[in-house]
Amino acid sequence: MSLETTMNSDTILKVEHLSMKFGGLMAINDFSFEAKRGEITALIGPNGAGKTTVFNCITGFYKPTMGMIVLNQKAGKQYLLERLPDFEITKHAKVARTFQNIRLFSGLTVLENLLVAQHNKLMVASGFTVLGLLGFPTYRKAAKEAIELAKHWLEKADLIDRADDPAGDLSYGAQRRLEIARAMCTGPELLCLDEPAAGLNPRESAALNTLLRSIRADTGTSLLLIEHDMSVVMEISDHVVVLEYGQKISDGTPDHVKNDPKVIAAYLGVEDDEVEDVISEVESLEGGVN
Amino acid sequence: MTNITSRHEGAAGDLTARALREALYAGLISLGLFVLFVGLKSDQNIRNELILVPRWGLLAIFVVIAMVGRFLMIAYLQPFLASQKVVNAATGMLPDSMASRFFRLPFFIAAVVVSAVMIAAARGLPDNIAAYATIIRGLAIIYSLACLFYMFRIFITTHFTVLAVAALVLYPIVIVAIFGAQGSLKWVDNFGIQILIYVMLAWGLNIVVGLAGLLDLGYVAFYAVGAYSYALLSSTFGLSFWVLLPMAGILAAFWGMILGFPVLRLRGDYLAIVTLAFGEIIRLVLLNWAEVTNGAAGISGVAKASVFGIWSFDVSAPNNFAKAFGLPMSSAYYKIFLFYLILALALLTAFVTVRLRRMPIGRAWEALREDEIACRSLGINTVTTKLTAFAIGAMFGGFAGSFFAARQGFVSPESFVFLESAVILAIVVLGGMGSLVGIAVAAAVMVGGTEILRELEFLKHIFGPDFTPELYRMLLFGIAMVVVMVWKPRGFVGSREPTAFLHERKAVSGSFTKEGHG
Ligand SMILES: Nc1ncnc2c1ncn2[C@@H]1O[C@H](COP(=O)(O)OP(=O)(O)OP(=O)(O)O)[C@@H](O)[C@H]1O
Ligand SMILES: [Mg+2]
Repeated sequence: MSLETTMNSDTILKVEHLSMKFGGLMAINDFSFEAKRGEITALIGPNGAGKTTVFNCITGFYKPTMGMIVLNQKAGKQYLLERLPDFEITKHAKVARTFQNIRLFSGLTVLENLLVAQHNKLMVASGFTVLGLLGFPTYRKAAKEAIELAKHWLEKADLIDRADDPAGDLSYGAQRRLEIARAMCTGPELLCLDEPAAGLNPRESAALNTLLRSIRADTGTSLLLIEHDMSVVMEISDHVVVLEYGQKISDGTPDHVKNDPKVIAAYLGVEDDEVEDVISEVESLEGGVN
Repeated sequence: MTNITSRHEGAAGDLTARALREALYAGLISLGLFVLFVGLKSDQNIRNELILVPRWGLLAIFVVIAMVGRFLMIAYLQPFLASQKVVNAATGMLPDSMASRFFRLPFFIAAVVVSAVMIAAARGLPDNIAAYATIIRGLAIIYSLACLFYMFRIFITTHFTVLAVAALVLYPIVIVAIFGAQGSLKWVDNFGIQILIYVMLAWGLNIVVGLAGLLDLGYVAFYAVGAYSYALLSSTFGLSFWVLLPMAGILAAFWGMILGFPVLRLRGDYLAIVTLAFGEIIRLVLLNWAEVTNGAAGISGVAKASVFGIWSFDVSAPNNFAKAFGLPMSSAYYKIFLFYLILALALLTAFVTVRLRRMPIGRAWEALREDEIACRSLGINTVTTKLTAFAIGAMFGGFAGSFFAARQGFVSPESFVFLESAVILAIVVLGGMGSLVGIAVAAAVMVGGTEILRELEFLKHIFGPDFTPELYRMLLFGIAMVVVMVWKPRGFVGSREPTAFLHERKAVSGSFTKEGHG
């Protein structure tokens, strides 16, 4: 593919001229950004800005009206995500995601949730069920390894004691952590998290920061993160992209974005000519924006 | 409900008044409901005119039953249940754990020893002490008997599967021993085989509805495909049952995929309607494609199954089973053979289902039932997952169908009407979606129940000789279903067995599992 010339190898995701139209509504309008490998990239913006829609385009749940989404794997393989069906984006392109409104398999146990996430690997090991049904040892070995991997992530997410409880029985914060652990069990190169800190108390939110940092440090997984909680965004992200009304208004380091007048105006909702006044006000307060 | 237990005296009067009032309402409602159904009967007089025969006595019995039932429910049953709840909440103990604390092996041994000592010592004691000894002895014996019952119950529940399979294997032998070869026919055929066919069908449908959460109202179509595959291929090509059984399964699975493709995008009610239509289409094709299927007349003289081709059950065949063993001719052997055949097929279904649930595909089915979008976000191909559920469910329907054809010796579209699909689905729902044991119990209750209700002769003694109990069979059946669904809204077994565990296997309560929506 000729893409390689246009793309640096330490870029994992490149979104170019992405547009998404719902009837007459332009939810995303010519949006471009890049996420670097091994970094935590945050996507922020006011309610209804189109952040979740961007995620849905990246993970194949929506087909964008226009634009290109390129995923660049570590091994050098490239995928055009807008052309892949949703499940293949996770299966082949190795992009996993969580949802803004948690989607767990509430009637399955916590452990089972993590085993379902290893479906494709286990499917191959069980000879597409045939060998597994006949009791071949390859499947038994793979099943054991799958449980070990699940155990690893349960320990990371601090859920090991709840392994045999139904997922629907967990508290809200634990459900959020389980959803992240489940996504990690698919073995992703890029993990997309849609508001992982929503509804968490400060202590849980601090634990989440630790979990996300350790995911990046231990597995090298790149993170793409939608978040309203600025304490999470400013603390852990390396790079912030700001979206408003489907358009990018700012892009850079957390410090840069925090002081960008357009961002402050977008969050505080002021007229363009008042922006200058706001900046000086905010600088004295330092970052307590939500 | 709480004030009933707290304010005893004052509440008792209130309660009786309320119970009487509610009983009156219940009486009025049942009067309104039954006055036309039961109170009046249309009949012909000698001149062949249509007349209405009033049956006020019978109507009065219905109304009185409703009133008394409501009164007892409000005045006694509800307060009793409420007080049970209060007791449970206060002690924080489940009735089960209390029992397990009360009945223990050391206590049991002690009780046995005490009763033995009392019996031995009773003779040597003076009269006034001997009376106490008798009481203690009685208590000890009662306690040890209760212990035995309790342990027996625990034994049954822990070894249920093994015991149930053993009982089923022994069933024909016991029946023959009791009723003789000829007398066993009804019990082995109407109760044994008939129930097991439905168990197998419901277990097959359970894969689609209970595990994958896809509401299929046309399951009987696959049963029909299996039955006609066997009937047509055996009468045209003379192939044996053992060749055609897998073939019927494969053909049905193939039709399962054909149904699966167009309905993949549909969910919930829409899926149900299309599968319903599919079931009807298959039946109408069987009915109208007369050159091949012989239309409404059906196909008769379908070949019997043989014991792996070694012994046949055809009367004229040289290797006839009875002749080979020098037994008197009887159709009972074939029925008993069929019983073991369908038992083996049903157990195969159960075995495969249990195995599949622990495979990635089985987990994907259950995950699909819980949340389809989350499945796709984890890289699961929902299209193939749904198709395999349809195909494997259909395959077992096809097996059951070819067995049905071999058993009846006759197939016609009459056997594959929508009601059959509805009954199979009702068994799955009543048993508790996904639970094999619950479904087997539900099949025994539903199918065995309707069979038993054929024998309602005793009701003639209550309602007089003109009463035809057969007519009330379906009514009683419907009432029973409503009662079960009110009593156990999630079916007999509402909880779900996890397929893997780390520390301990805990059943997942039915309140967390979803029914699926498409
Ligand atoms: N499937 C859809 N059909 C029609 N409109 C949609 C659809 N999905 C999103 N939208 C619209 O697109 C816009 C962006 O929505 P989106 O959910 O992406 O916002 P968001 O940035 O995630 O907001 P929030 O912070 O509240 O989650 C909204 O106006 C929304 O109504
Ligand atoms: Mg959103």
